[in-house]
Amino acid sequence: MIRIFISRDSASVSVGSVRIARLVCEEAAVRGLILETALTGSRGLFWLEPLVEVETPGGRIAYGPISPSDVGSLFDADFLTGAEHPLRLGRLEDQPYLARQQRLTFTRCGIVDPLSVEDYEAHGGYAGLRRALSLEPQAIVNEIKLSGLRGRGGAGFPTGIKWDTVLHAQADRKYIVCNADEGDSGTFGDRMLMEGDPFSLIEGMTIAGLAVGAAKGFIYIRSEYPYAYRTMTDAIALATKAGCLGPSLMGSDQAFTLETRLGAGAYICGEETSLLDSLEGKRGMVRAKPPLPAIAGLFGKPTLINNTLSLATVPWILANGGQVYADFGMGRSRGTLPIQLAGNVTRGGLIELAFGATLREIVEDFGGGTATGRPVKAVQVGGPLGAYFPASMLDLPLDYETLAAEKGLLGHGGIVVFDDSVDLSQQARFAFEFCAAESCGKCTPCRVGAVRGVEVMDRIIAGIEPEKNFEVLEDLCTLMTDASLCAMGGLTPLPVMSALTHFPEDFDKAPQVPAAAE
Amino acid sequence: MPRLGEWDQGRAREIIAANGTLEGPVLPILHALLNEFGHIPEEAIALVASELNLSRAEIHGTVSFYHDFRRQPAGRHVLKLCRAEACQSMNGPRIARDLLQELGIDWGGTTSDGALTVEGVYCLGLCACAPSALYDGEPMGRVDRERLDTVAREARGP
Repeated sequence: MIRIFISRDSASVSVGSVRIARLVCEEAAVRGLILETALTGSRGLFWLEPLVEVETPGGRIAYGPISPSDVGSLFDADFLTGAEHPLRLGRLEDQPYLARQQRLTFTRCGIVDPLSVEDYEAHGGYAGLRRALSLEPQAIVNEIKLSGLRGRGGAGFPTGIKWDTVLHAQADRKYIVCNADEGDSGTFGDRMLMEGDPFSLIEGMTIAGLAVGAAKGFIYIRSEYPYAYRTMTDAIALATKAGCLGPSLMGSDQAFTLETRLGAGAYICGEETSLLDSLEGKRGMVRAKPPLPAIAGLFGKPTLINNTLSLATVPWILANGGQVYADFGMGRSRGTLPIQLAGNVTRGGLIELAFGATLREIVEDFGGGTATGRPVKAVQVGGPLGAYFPASMLDLPLDYETLAAEKGLLGHGGIVVFDDSVDLSQQARFAFEFCAAESCGKCTPCRVGAVRGVEVMDRIIAGIEPEKNFEVLEDLCTLMTDASLCAMGGLTPLPVMSALTHFPEDFDKAPQVPAAAE
Repeated sequence: MPRLGEWDQGRAREIIAANGTLEGPVLPILHALLNEFGHIPEEAIALVASELNLSRAEIHGTVSFYHDFRRQPAGRHVLKLCRAEACQSMNGPRIARDLLQELGIDWGGTTSDGALTVEGVYCLGLCACAPSALYDGEPMGRVDRERLDTVAREARGP
């Protein structure tokens, strides 16, 4: 039987992959051909989607991007044998976009059936957990420390140190919490992974449970990700049935159970302490630290809270060794970073590379410049709290320390490209507008500062007393940076000030001319 | 989209009971009530509070904090348009403005025939296929004016 592979990742579905799958199956039936359709996640080459891969002796041959009117001609060309066709891409592994990557966290995504434990194991899954089951908790933690893994959610805190703190906290109960509240615009790695390789997250959390002595975990997924929520929930049920979760992990005397929880539309719940309050059923208000969640987290118990991609990388580290992981990267940023390239770009997608690649390699070599064909004017790195960099700064390498030194941040690894039609004063205004809409309201600098920021930006954009208002803007940004309780208020000045620093011409508005009397 | 039921105290009690043993049951209960009734009516707040032995203020606080927990029913169809940066870079604001103008509504509004609610959302994770939307829970990427017009036409019927 002929097997074809179609992605059911929600981005693939959003551009018609399921529709194409249906048309292909209908056309096959008309022609009397029997097909087996395997649903996978996405490989993350979204400009080629929707695409179909056909299993042949020479590997999976891809065709794309397919529009409904192409289906007939694909059959006419005998594409089910991997034959020539104008849309034939060959093996995706041979596409330079994929061949140049170092896929560790995303090694299986887009290849395996996301809802098959057998397929997961056949592609190296659960090797990490098997090893972890033979180790003492401290040895697991030491392996993570050795890997140099840092929190992929944005803060970049050393994961192993966090694990060590939870391991040594004394309590009758501890929890593992996965922060899958991926709210940053331009980021979609958590979503892709949960939809394409959910067992790697389950395995990572299970290992974390063994390491710190927790028997219960929660995955908090934003409600904007309905597909990811369903896939994770189904995968947990399958892993439980297969004995990879539950009272006896793989026949051992260790227990670990997992539940998914759905967010309810609040960006701030990506901040770990407000996420914990949300899990407890409260308003998602940021908590003052200390105490750290590692000491008093969910329901007051020691809680290990990590980002989706941090946890999903753990199985690879356990299976291959912390040192092997640490051999990738630069400086204090070890391992690989799943970069998400998005916005106005020709070839947007998921690019997993060792730390240290430059923005130019990503935006120009991988991305192929803007989708509109106009010059790149700005890239925003790290989500809505990240800086806007001009085209002249594209030679910056992507690592935590370099971007911080340039008054930016790496965040969750999202890069949004803008062409020369963007007005950075409007983007600066939006940064405040977003903060005003999504602030939890607990601290005044963020709650009030964001609203005042929108007002100041409106006056600057209107050309009203610019010098005075620039002074107010800078003062406001300093205050929000220094006095906000969490990163939401504390980092909103980053996009604002970077826009002002790198694109002053966009803020140089003509002074307002008083309207002539009627 | 299924027709959403009228408020039914008995059914609500069942939903609360079915989720009541979860650790941190409030959000799962509110989501389940939202699925059942299409919004969180005032009666639900009092009932959840009394069943969980919490104050009405606490439940009201939770409900009012989150964008999802709407207090009034939406239209028969819901279109969520992404308003975040990646979609801004691909002309999203213009497309959204045109649609809202055409429909004669603002963000969060429902067309006068009750057919379509249009909401803004900050990021759907479809940023490499911007601009993007979610129509009755189904993702839409590389959205343009034409596709949105088609959706609006289908939603509103003949």
